[in-house]
Amino acid sequence: MRAQFVLSEIGVGLRRNLTMTFAVVISVALSLALFGGSLLMRDQVSQMKGYWYDKVNVSIYLCNKNEAETSGGASCAKGAVTAEQKKAIEAELDKMDLVEKVTYESADEAYKHYKEQFGDTPLAASITPDQMQESFRVKLKDPEKYKVITTAFAGRDGVQSVQDQRSVLDNLFGLLDVLNKAALGVMLIMLVVALLLIVNTVRVSAFSRRRETGIMRLVGASSFYIQMPFIMEAAFAGLIGAVVACGMLVTGQYFVIDHGVALKDKLELINFIGWDSVVTKLPLVLAIGLLMPALAAFVALRKYLKV
Amino acid sequence: MIRFDNVSKSYPKQSRPALRDVSLEITKGEFVFLVGSSGSGKSTFLRLLLREERASHGQVHVLGKDLARLSNWKVPQMRRQLGTVFQDFRLLPNKTVAQNVAFAQEVIGKPRGEIRKAVPQVLDLVGLGGKEERMPGELSGGEQQRVAIARAFVNRPALLIADEPTGNLDPQTSVGIMKLLDRINRTGTTVIMATHDQQIVDQMRKRVIELEQGRLVRDQSRGVYGYQH
Repeated sequence: MRAQFVLSEIGVGLRRNLTMTFAVVISVALSLALFGGSLLMRDQVSQMKGYWYDKVNVSIYLCNKNEAETSGGASCAKGAVTAEQKKAIEAELDKMDLVEKVTYESADEAYKHYKEQFGDTPLAASITPDQMQESFRVKLKDPEKYKVITTAFAGRDGVQSVQDQRSVLDNLFGLLDVLNKAALGVMLIMLVVALLLIVNTVRVSAFSRRRETGIMRLVGASSFYIQMPFIMEAAFAGLIGAVVACGMLVTGQYFVIDHGVALKDKLELINFIGWDSVVTKLPLVLAIGLLMPALAAFVALRKYLKV
Repeated sequence: MIRFDNVSKSYPKQSRPALRDVSLEITKGEFVFLVGSSGSGKSTFLRLLLREERASHGQVHVLGKDLARLSNWKVPQMRRQLGTVFQDFRLLPNKTVAQNVAFAQEVIGKPRGEIRKAVPQVLDLVGLGGKEERMPGELSGGEQQRVAIARAFVNRPALLIADEPTGNLDPQTSVGIMKLLDRINRTGTTVIMATHDQQIVDQMRKRVIELEQGRLVRDQSRGVYGYQH
């Protein structure tokens, strides 16, 4: 089989239905860009999870006098936490395998942190160290298992509440997850559209070249040889689409995160994904862009090109 | 070379079979006319030879192979040993004469050097020497059919199948085509030709196989078109 002969056949085929080829390129590009985008989104979420989960603790807030007298109500009804209770809690935490580190924060320290955060606002001025709660900040080896701490200490005498800071973040991640799934859903639809377009393009292409393929058949060209130009055509259009998709991902990273909109500078709190993350997705996008249309063409030819 | 053993062929949705219980044998180097009115089963006969269809019953052997047992992917290999010529020439209009002939070699992967040698040779043989670069549209019907024959013969097939090759040509041109087919036959190639052309069959005096409503009604060596009693 001669490469030049095959290549010229592909060129003729692609030019002959240029509009269809264009449609295939665009739909493949959009679906793959969505696909790559959602992969990057997943990377971003897991990176944020890693970053934030590392920093968050489970906090066990202890009852102070103030809580016992006022709003603490049920959980602090038996009065402020005693030194013995504190010791018991600390000893128990030390014994747990799950716990990596326990830090005790006194009411004064809590007051200092609070002051740092809110400064000289009127609200901060009205707070006294008495009102602040003592707490144990517990760092877990496996942050997923915070429930163990909750069940062990919530409702115990002297404990006002057990709070997992993760639950705040989980709402955010939940939202990102929904967005990601929506992107994947749109991608799937685009993918189906792209595949249908490819099947249709192949059908038109096979029909417009039925004279050639008929003669090929008669002189004994193998079915592989006859189908090859059609499959290569689809693969080629898909590859162009994939290259466009890669371009969109790279431009997205460049303009939205690094420069241009520059989220990286505006949202310093968020640790954004880097170029390595983007670059590692490109080969996958290219491979899918090449192979998927080829496969679709192959399947379509079974039906529309009798050999 | 070719053997039909009790071959029947019926198409779905058609009550009457296209071929009924046909048995015959064609040996190497023969020239055979296949005659019969439209719908008599000639085309089906040729399609079975080319393995475009499979027999419903019976066995078709071509070039020593049982076509029913030939797997699909081996069919192209088998077809390379057959040449085919049709009434409508089936040339590629956007390729030159030489490219049309070369196409038959390119698609089976012949090396370029071999193609460059074989194409002018076969064009000389069919009497089109010097017209290599013409387009099919610039040629007369007879010349176009010669290109088609050149394409069918360029790979030196053992068997040449011609489906009414003179159907679109005037009598004089037809004689030229027949002379060409005769010459190809003399190189040892078996020729099977379906035709309605009474004059040609009567002149050539070759073996005649007649089909009628799918049945083999006559198989006569040195026969003529019509019945001879």
